Amino acid sequence: MTNARGAGTPKDLPKDAPPADEHDRVEHQARAAAPRRTGLLGRVGQAHHLGLAVALVLLAIVGLVTAPGTFATSSNLVSILALAATIGVITVGMTFVIIGGGIDLSVGAIMALASVWATTLATQAYGPVVMAICALLVGTGAGLVNGLLIAYGRMVPFIATLAMLVAARGLAQRMSDRRTQLVRPDNNALVELSTTRVLGLPLLVYIFVLVIAIGWLVLNRTTFGRRTYAVGGNPEAARLAGIDVRRHTLILYALSGLCCGIAAILIMARTTTGSSTHGDLYELDAIAAVIIGGTLLTGGRGTIIGSILGLLIFTLITNLFILNGLNTSDQLIAKGLIIVIAVLLQRRGLRSQVP
Amino acid sequence: MNKRVARRGFLASGAAVGVGALVSACTSNEPAAAPSSAAPQAAAAGTDNDKPGTAVTIGFSAPAADHGWIAAIAKNAEAQAKQYSDVTFKPVEPTNDINQQISAVESLIQAKVSALVILPNDGEQLNQVARKAMDAGIPVINLDRVFPDKLSYRTWIGGDNYGMGVAAGHYIGKKLKDKGVANPVILEIQGIATLPLTQDRSKGFADALKTYGFSVTAQQDAKFTVESGTQVASNLLQAHKKIDAIWNHDDDQGIGVLAAIKEANRNEFFMVGGAGSANAMRDIQAGSGVLEATVTYSPTMASSAIKIARLIAQGKGLSDLVENQVPQSITLASETITKENAEKYLPLGFES
Repeated sequence: MTNARGAGTPKDLPKDAPPADEHDRVEHQARAAAPRRTGLLGRVGQAHHLGLAVALVLLAIVGLVTAPGTFATSSNLVSILALAATIGVITVGMTFVIIGGGIDLSVGAIMALASVWATTLATQAYGPVVMAICALLVGTGAGLVNGLLIAYGRMVPFIATLAMLVAARGLAQRMSDRRTQLVRPDNNALVELSTTRVLGLPLLVYIFVLVIAIGWLVLNRTTFGRRTYAVGGNPEAARLAGIDVRRHTLILYALSGLCCGIAAILIMARTTTGSSTHGDLYELDAIAAVIIGGTLLTGGRGTIIGSILGLLIFTLITNLFILNGLNTSDQLIAKGLIIVIAVLLQRRGLRSQVP
Repeated sequence: MNKRVARRGFLASGAAVGVGALVSACTSNEPAAAPSSAAPQAAAAGTDNDKPGTAVTIGFSAPAADHGWIAAIAKNAEAQAKQYSDVTFKPVEPTNDINQQISAVESLIQAKVSALVILPNDGEQLNQVARKAMDAGIPVINLDRVFPDKLSYRTWIGGDNYGMGVAAGHYIGKKLKDKGVANPVILEIQGIATLPLTQDRSKGFADALKTYGFSVTAQQDAKFTVESGTQVASNLLQAHKKIDAIWNHDDDQGIGVLAAIKEANRNEFFMVGGAGSANAMRDIQAGSGVLEATVTYSPTMASSAIKIARLIAQGKGLSDLVENQVPQSITLASETITKENAEKYLPLGFES
């Protein structure tokens, strides 16, 4: 595996070459760009994931030492998982988009919009199931708009999703009249996702785990997943290999939107509200988690497990700071440092892989 | 392939219909069943001062509301202005951008309004333009966030952040003292930690607690948002296995704090809120949760600011005072709302 960055550059592919041979060659390269099925975590995985796991363990040791009575309790661990769930679901969608060579800045805003839309008095009149479906549809719909603008309108992902970020927040504010919309008591079934526990864990943690599992399966065990790596690694090669790159891109953004819709359900359950202020700066947290997890911002490489480990590191830091009564500003400094360190380590790892 | 395309088309059109139905059905926030009780606050006309006088135009500029309290400020101001036939209300587009607010105020100066009510995004940064208005002969009524330069405003009216902390501190201190708790665990959940108003609140809280020999055990900030309130509270609840009292600075973020408390299934402590939202008052009145009291920082100050602006523009004084002119500064008292008096305050509460 010498070509670690994916299928070669477009320059390698003369446009007038006979299609039959070329097709085979590119198809082969596209497959090569996808992670091999050798390991559970995929090709990038092992070394980097090990590093992340070590970081997590180190943080846990810090927790055990600095907050001996509180850190290792089961209720604290449950609380960490419940805190990670909302951004976690978004991070799964973000991982797909970034591996596919894009970026989605609008995730927090879409989640806010979906939570507001689902908690308007008109929607609430139909009960909790319709509220949940509404959140999913709004999320997916906004994601589709992103996808259409990027795939068919040929807009740069950064700009298209930036526009969506601004517009979706505006729409959420307009719809809610800038108020916090409470989930009505008769729709409490939604809130029970957060308060009902099965085997000691709130239901929303199971939803989180389910989303990770499905995301992992789709990315690692399906043609769709393999194509995502191909499209992100080298779209031109993917196109020549017969992949409908535009359609694929469209689906990736819709998928990210769907994840925002799921996250909106979780945030409604946790906070008992829909609000235009929900999910502020989630896009940055999600992107940071994905980057720490070893996914290349240029696309074509990355894993879901890595992203989730990255996210857990972030959540654990917040938890440790509050357990020790430290303030928010120091927390932000620590998170900034971790991003830099993770990327520096990643680059060293890459250099050693590519001769 | 054709079949797939057809299926895709079907799915797409289905989705389009679904989204269309949602758009028409679900965006409405008209209260069909649930009554939204708290109407914008406007004091009914009462004294001689309220009789129609010289026609005046009052300009109004405030930050964009992404928070129940600020939303209530704008609504209250408008509702109060509507009470008077002699007032033309001229609000400018609310914004969170300093630059835009400066131009907005400049446009009101250009329009030669009779008085200006300004709630600045930041007193320091808007000082210059307020001064410009005063220099142009337009009296400025400074709402809540104060301009550093006294030449920049005719009258300041606002809440008492320090007093709010004091009120919360006294409620918690007295209650714990009466119970005879030694070394109580008292937590404080702030709004935005970097704002001077937050620091004033925390100082008042600490000073009041000190008179009972208590101090704050831990303090975290929750950015005034519901979501952040949940996050911070659920972590704090983990950090402290036994808590005696919590003061949460803001009832809006308090919804999230209460959700986290409920999720963690904790009730060994009591909580005091801040600002005085209708929602918090209903909780206090019901008395079913940990929220026992809230200390006010009432957005009714916007209604009062409009009344004052009108009086100043018409050259009248406050009728209950001896002086012929409106005072230079009015600080509202922070009142403590408990189960006993919640009913009286409920009409003044704002919806989050």
